Amino acid sequence: MDGSQNIVGAAHDKIQHDSAVKHVTGKAIYIDDMPSLPGTLEIVLVTSPFAHATIKSIESAEALAQPGVAAVLTAKDIIGHNDIAPIFEGEPAIADGVAEYAGHPVALVAAETYDQAFSAAKLVKVDYEELEPVLEIQDALAKKQFTYTPPSVTKGDPDKALETANHRLQGEIACGGQDHFYLEANVALAVPGEDRDMTVYSSTQHPTEVQHGVAHVLGVPSNAVTVEIRRMGGGFGGKESQPTIIAAMAALVAAKTGQPAKLRLRRDEDMIVTGKRHDYEFKYDVGFDDEGRVEGIDIEMAMRSGNVADLSSGVMARSLCHGDNCYYLPNARFHGYPCKTNTVSNTAFRGFGGPQGMIVIETILEHIAHHLGQSLDDIRKVNYYGQEKRNQTPYGQIIKDNIIEELVDRLTSEVDYEGRKKAIDKFNAENSILKKGIAVMPIKFGISFNMPALNQAGALVHVYTDGSVHLNHGGTEMGQGLFTKVAQVVATVFQIDIDNIKISSTRTDKVPNTSATAASAGSDLNGMAAYDAADKIKSRMTGIAAQHFEVPENDIKFRQNRIYGGNESITFAELAQKTWEARESLSATGFYQTPDLTWDPITCTGSPFYYFSYGVAISEIVIDTLTGESRTLRTDILQDCGKSLNPRVDYGQIEGAFVQGMGWLTSEELVWNDQGQLLTHGPSTYKIPGSRDVPPEFNIHILEDAPNRVPTIFRSKAIGEPPLMLAISVWLAIRDAVKRSGDGSKRPNLNAPATPEAILKAVTEIRA
Amino acid sequence: MALQFTLNGEMREVSGVSPTMTVLDYLREQAELTGTKEGCAEGDCGACTIVLAETVDGEPKYEAVNSCLLMVPQLAGKHVFTVEGLAESDDLLDPVQDAMVKTDGTQCGFCTPGIIMALYALRQSEAEITEGEIHDTLAGNLCRCTGYRPIVDAAREACAAAPDNSNLEIIEAGDSYQNGDQTFHTPKSIAEMAKLCAANPEANLLGGGTDLGILVSKEREALSTVIHTGRVAELLQIEETDTDITFGAAVTYTAALPFIERLYPSFATLITRIGSVQIRNAGTIGGNVGNASPIGDTPPCLIALDATLILYSEAGERELPIEEFFLDYRKTDLKTGEFIKAIRIPKLSENQEFRTYKISKRYDQDISAVVGAYRIELEGDTVSDARIAYGGMAAIPKRGIACEAALNGNAWDLATAMTMLGVIQEDYQPISDHRASKEYRLQVAGNLFQRLYQELSGVDEALEVVAV
Repeated sequence: MDGSQNIVGAAHDKIQHDSAVKHVTGKAIYIDDMPSLPGTLEIVLVTSPFAHATIKSIESAEALAQPGVAAVLTAKDIIGHNDIAPIFEGEPAIADGVAEYAGHPVALVAAETYDQAFSAAKLVKVDYEELEPVLEIQDALAKKQFTYTPPSVTKGDPDKALETANHRLQGEIACGGQDHFYLEANVALAVPGEDRDMTVYSSTQHPTEVQHGVAHVLGVPSNAVTVEIRRMGGGFGGKESQPTIIAAMAALVAAKTGQPAKLRLRRDEDMIVTGKRHDYEFKYDVGFDDEGRVEGIDIEMAMRSGNVADLSSGVMARSLCHGDNCYYLPNARFHGYPCKTNTVSNTAFRGFGGPQGMIVIETILEHIAHHLGQSLDDIRKVNYYGQEKRNQTPYGQIIKDNIIEELVDRLTSEVDYEGRKKAIDKFNAENSILKKGIAVMPIKFGISFNMPALNQAGALVHVYTDGSVHLNHGGTEMGQGLFTKVAQVVATVFQIDIDNIKISSTRTDKVPNTSATAASAGSDLNGMAAYDAADKIKSRMTGIAAQHFEVPENDIKFRQNRIYGGNESITFAELAQKTWEARESLSATGFYQTPDLTWDPITCTGSPFYYFSYGVAISEIVIDTLTGESRTLRTDILQDCGKSLNPRVDYGQIEGAFVQGMGWLTSEELVWNDQGQLLTHGPSTYKIPGSRDVPPEFNIHILEDAPNRVPTIFRSKAIGEPPLMLAISVWLAIRDAVKRSGDGSKRPNLNAPATPEAILKAVTEIRA
Repeated sequence: MALQFTLNGEMREVSGVSPTMTVLDYLREQAELTGTKEGCAEGDCGACTIVLAETVDGEPKYEAVNSCLLMVPQLAGKHVFTVEGLAESDDLLDPVQDAMVKTDGTQCGFCTPGIIMALYALRQSEAEITEGEIHDTLAGNLCRCTGYRPIVDAAREACAAAPDNSNLEIIEAGDSYQNGDQTFHTPKSIAEMAKLCAANPEANLLGGGTDLGILVSKEREALSTVIHTGRVAELLQIEETDTDITFGAAVTYTAALPFIERLYPSFATLITRIGSVQIRNAGTIGGNVGNASPIGDTPPCLIALDATLILYSEAGERELPIEEFFLDYRKTDLKTGEFIKAIRIPKLSENQEFRTYKISKRYDQDISAVVGAYRIELEGDTVSDARIAYGGMAAIPKRGIACEAALNGNAWDLATAMTMLGVIQEDYQPISDHRASKEYRLQVAGNLFQRLYQELSGVDEALEVVAV
């Protein structure tokens, strides 16, 4: 079954985002826009200024005496368990006894107005006793201080391969963290109900986890908590586990006071209090043959996990599963070190460890290329995964859908890569101050949550007797167009125009036990679940239509908003009415589980991915050797989307992810002082890309005629995360330009992000 | 008296709200218009952008501003437009809204209202819109989802539509507004202002509010007395003679820009990198000087250009070379009751060249790590008079006396320019912070002399990455 051109909004149609008109008219409602209920309290956090300190006492009497103040709550006021850990346990919502990072919430002040709470919060007196903080990855590594048991992946005999290889190199590289900078900061509104029920409106990618967290903190069963989210103002992974903290606090205030309570973090608080992309420090040891073919490799991946594990184990698993990128590594060992530091716990961020894994292997291949006097492209060529042989990943999965070489060849020839390299040589010879660089970046990204259990989804579809359809599923909308895509699926099943389908907010009481909308898997999972639900109703309606037309069920056709049987037809609404009259259910739940997944988290082996997504980018950049400023001049992308569910939506994902990745690798720099306090906590100090930073020549191609080889929803592929890693082309091109600023004998010493300062330092070193 | 303005075409008379309530809070909480969003509350993300319109000298003027940094009394006399006020219906969108839908310029939609309003203001301009202007316009609006390309396309498409025929009635701005123990003064003449300043020495002077606004927006301070400079006739004047140009202290960057572009094009390029259109529509030259920040962008230029300040108080006027104004970190020579009336900048002579360079992590809307400003006078190939100043290199914007001495009387060539890397540290001992290390600041400040030399000697190659 596939899309049809005969209805509006079928699968594969290029239709606009369902909320686009609401966005441009200001009518789209976000949580903070909801009309305020009488008595709604505003919450302000009291946070620790110290990275590590014992909380000796908290004195709240003066704050409580201020006008409008309804409550000052601390960990001691938690009714149930002070634990909102998403994977492990022992991760408190409010610091209890000890503050573990600068910004750790220690108390909540709730008042009638925000300003009242804001000024009262300054009067809460917390007596701290400072403890020695561990602020750097290396310090934690030296102390063997981890947030969970360090995992590793091993294939073959890397030690032996390293010893016997003709060539062997060691090196280090590091990449910085990244703030999500969703435009809507974290927010939750909790409304108490009868019994001990709580309804929570939470800007979350993971309503079920918010439900669990709130239930734990309130000490109530899950059925007492309902979580709802219609849309987020951006998520990017930052609203996967972090909203649970915010929602739990709002719910605690609501439960304690009996009044609705809202906690909306202001930008600076959001950046200080909630987690970010993990920064990593890598050490590698690689052995290879005369052509640069890797024989043995050993990589240490040390991540800044922060004060608790949060989702670090998932992020690290993905780093371990992407340290190969597109390359066959016959003997490999990847160690993961989740370093426990007195900094905010890092969390999910688009790519989820994949970008970090890829950056290190690309650096290693570049190192090999430099050593052998060849190009990075040459070295990649001898290392790409094969089709029938050389096709097993370090974690044991056999790759069956590899198209990377074909993509690279197509794009390099389409954009005249070789010719442009010569033009760059000429430019660099003629220009003394500015130097250009160019680089290719191929990617292979595994699709599915690493943990098989998470790869399931549910949906709920109702058809009403007027033919209108209500659609609900476990996925959440953060701007990525998921709701539009899933509605297209349902429109296609029923063969009705998409405007007959009401897209509704995600609610834990409609579809339970959901996974986060994450891992790029939103449309794969929820699209399939919605398909299942709609298909169940359709087959019931088909039976009724067959009776009505007095033809076999096989002869019933749903087409262009009508149902055909023999030479006659009726409208979808008429059939809905007849189905009701026949007392058949017009409502169904749908369910999907991704098949064929295995993963052993102890040995880090298995086939955790249903399929892989592929893409390639070529970026050309220029740097200023006097100031270190850089600019991306041109980027070309060829991205595999399978048979795209909605190319307009997918283009947006590709462009947006690429630019976000570019920011991570260039201008976005998180700076902490030596007390562990974040100094870059607002857009005035933390610089995400602006419109002028986007490559002026930016050509994006979706790979045509490339249906997914496995039966995903209408043979489409996931798109949310993979293109972010294509931005590594920009970073590699900057390194290329830095290298070209010297005589070619030295490798650039340049980590990510490549800020102007970092680039100038690297240029200075290479010319020294 | 009540504050009068129109909001999406409807007359409003507002009283009973704090004069230091931000316009964003007013819109969302009092007017129940929640389309306008808070993204950062510091004027950097643009999600709160609204448009203020007014008839000025008989011409309609539409300006995008950050509502998070604006205090409600600043609306007095204005026509206020928000995202809710543009479309006649969902089927009859404004050309800007229509284009943003068609190009897929929205994903999560949270930055969208601000972008719609920024582009709406651009659409009202009669001028032909260039790519550069589109980026200038969007520099104040961050989007984290789309990667901007569709928004740039939407801007191009929407701005092809003709501006609206506007009939913006004149609304009385009022003199002072009071609520509880808070007063917001809007003097109309310099005499009135001097009197207020003398009577209220502790009052906060409000120009555009791009810095003071943060106190109310983020720190939630209820300032007791505010004196707004924006309606003082004398402070809004621009006077040009054969030898100099004088900007009233309340002249905004936007209003000053055409003059600066003609007289000091390099300075104009720098100004288009100060904040964003929203910030430049509100921010004033006098504010940038009076604020005395070590990282303000205009003071180094004004020092290098040998500008003077005209300071005013009830006691009278005095004129002071600008570099004598900055005493120490955020400390100036202003006496109690005194304020900046105007900034006078000499015009360049035939043999003088002026250049300024700003270095920051991001090209647009970033705070400088370093700003270098250079006025070079040549006699043949010899430097006869160099005036040099840097921002970001000391606790105050500071003149580079040793640098000037090293250049004066010497041949103007690459070798001389390259020696400046060694000289710069005689003038400056910068600090390290989150924007840059002291080593980087010194190296770049020194290296910029090479860029300066290359540019003034007219080499045939691109000298800045943004020009490639």
